[in-house]
Amino acid sequence: MIRKIKTLTLAGLASTAVLFSNAAQAVEIEYWQYFFQARVTAMEQIIKNFEADNPGITVKMTHFPYADYRTKVAAAIPAGEGPDVVQLFYGWLNDYKQAKLIQKLPAAEFPTSNIDKEFFPMVQAMKEGDNYWALPTAVRSLALFYNTRLFDAAGVGGPPATLDELVATAKKLTKLDGAGNITQVGITAGMNAQDHHWFREVLVRQMGGEPYLNDYKTVNYNSEAGQKALDFYVGLAKKHKVTAFGFMDEPQAAFKAGRAGMHIDGSFRIGSLNKTRGLKWGVAELPAGPDGTKSNYSSYWVNAITTKAQGEKYDASVKFMKYVTSDASMQIWLDTVGELPAKPSVGLTDENANNAVFGPFIRGLEYANTTKFANESAQRQALMDMVSRMDIEGQSAADAIAAAATEEQKILDDYYK
Amino acid sequence: MRAYQNLTIKHKQIVWAWAFLAIPVLFYGVIRFYPTGTAFVISFQEWNLLGTRTWAGLENYVRLWNDPVFWKVFQNTFVYLLIGTPVSLVLSFIIAYHLDKLRFMHGFLRMLYFLPFMTSAVAMAWVWRWFYQGVPIGLFNNVLAKFGIAQIEFLNSTTNALPAVLAPAVWAGLGFQIIIFMAGIRAIPTSYYEAAKIDGVGWWTVLTQITLPLLKPTMVFIVVFSSIGFLRIFDHVFNMTTNNPGGPLNSTKPLVLMIYDTAFNGFNMGYAAAQTVVLFTILLVVSLIQLRLLRSE
Repeated sequence: MIRKIKTLTLAGLASTAVLFSNAAQAVEIEYWQYFFQARVTAMEQIIKNFEADNPGITVKMTHFPYADYRTKVAAAIPAGEGPDVVQLFYGWLNDYKQAKLIQKLPAAEFPTSNIDKEFFPMVQAMKEGDNYWALPTAVRSLALFYNTRLFDAAGVGGPPATLDELVATAKKLTKLDGAGNITQVGITAGMNAQDHHWFREVLVRQMGGEPYLNDYKTVNYNSEAGQKALDFYVGLAKKHKVTAFGFMDEPQAAFKAGRAGMHIDGSFRIGSLNKTRGLKWGVAELPAGPDGTKSNYSSYWVNAITTKAQGEKYDASVKFMKYVTSDASMQIWLDTVGELPAKPSVGLTDENANNAVFGPFIRGLEYANTTKFANESAQRQALMDMVSRMDIEGQSAADAIAAAATEEQKILDDYYK
Repeated sequence: MRAYQNLTIKHKQIVWAWAFLAIPVLFYGVIRFYPTGTAFVISFQEWNLLGTRTWAGLENYVRLWNDPVFWKVFQNTFVYLLIGTPVSLVLSFIIAYHLDKLRFMHGFLRMLYFLPFMTSAVAMAWVWRWFYQGVPIGLFNNVLAKFGIAQIEFLNSTTNALPAVLAPAVWAGLGFQIIIFMAGIRAIPTSYYEAAKIDGVGWWTVLTQITLPLLKPTMVFIVVFSSIGFLRIFDHVFNMTTNNPGGPLNSTKPLVLMIYDTAFNGFNMGYAAAQTVVLFTILLVVSLIQLRLLRSE
């Protein structure tokens, strides 16, 4: 009898414990990102898988237009509302950190030694001491898009592997009308598009320079290497006459219209090119420099845990962050959004790395650099003005690059003061 | 309640007037004056939208004073004003003057002139932007190329870009000004013209002695109205130069675009607010001067 009572009591206690622990586990965390259909679809899939693996945690996703993002996040978190896990552009991290909107990822769950090993190297921009502040699911890089129809018509065998070949190929692809106006460019050019990244992180390095020093706080491209890079870039239009700045308004428009042989752009362009009817295109890695140096630029959106997440929500958020940055999530993101996995273990699988479209981008990640921008649009403007000074006002590369370096240094100094 | 009953009819009317006025007053207070006041306060602070606001004293204004881009932008803003306002005033008067004399298809023509005013500035700017492109897509340059004339760089030029951007802005505003002018012309009593006819006065004298002087109130309105419009020009510039906003080399950048860029690309709210205060002051001063100058003696 006594035994029976004991068993019953025990069973009762156990079931109460289970009940309570269930109650404790029923946590809902919020995830915020900006609205872009493919990103939302991918995240829905990731959340579904996560919830299946972690009964008791639900994730509520909220998304809204890109333009409202910053203001909403900034207003919500201090008020104790809003996201526990938030997606933000890597360039904004510093602002969010300083405004105490996000907290460090726990070193126990996200040890820097493992992450340094497992992720592509440019992710280390998110590291501070023994902690990471945020981690991406997916990253973007640059590659050379080329129009296969125009290549065939001009009798060009394949995409150029070096900058010299790039110029030679572009010459074959350029077409002029009777008055000497360009009607088809060999390669698109425009600092307003991705070319400012190509210039900063690729061309300057390929000419033997180091674009920035002191953790991107000091401009360093005002050098011989920088001038060479600028001469090469502006030379495409002025010396070799294989392109024109502002041709057909936008570089990507010219490429889509089949009026450009080559075009440097990011992996995010793949989707819209796929939808362009009648355009046949291929992708190649960015051409190597004179001494064989390869470089690339990578940018990404990261996920971070906000300061609002505390207690059990914090624990759930950590679990969710682990899943969002897992191999499985990265594959979902690649398949749904077309953005590249942030880990070599997913990116460099035979299937992904040899993919005709994604392959060149993913291979580019191995040697990619990430610029730490203080104000990307203002820093881009400095480089646009640099090219305008040469293109419109006829300044020398030395003067133009000196002016750009001064202008950009001022932006950095204002930001880091 | 008792207090209300003791009021005279006149006072009751005042109470009711204020009761009805309270809604717009409240609306203006919350939607207009409160944010305006806040903008003044923010202009003395530093704020990136995310963190807390910190006091910066006059720092933002000092920075503005020493910013070469600001002076370039300041100059551009006045170029927009000083070219845009007279050109659109003269053009709209000439069109209105002749349109008023015309009977044949009068309504249709008036509609054609008014149409651009009703069109979205964004759509119009993009169409004009396409007109201005180089060969092979630009309308104007394709025509030039067809006749073997060298291309003109409309937008990719530090000298041509501002007039090129201003042209559609003037054109878009014409319709409204024409309508106002025609209303002004119609409002002039015909007896003056009859008297002039009897005296055998020429059309030039009629124009300069009767029509123009009597149109002064109309012109004051149009000048003030369009000046404010040109000082605040933004959508045409922004949409025609999105690839290089306000460019090339800041040659088309007006003050409002600089404010937008500082606030929503640079997230430097304090500095942007200081620029806003300056714009507010310019608008106020220009409007006051114009009202003073053009007010009838």
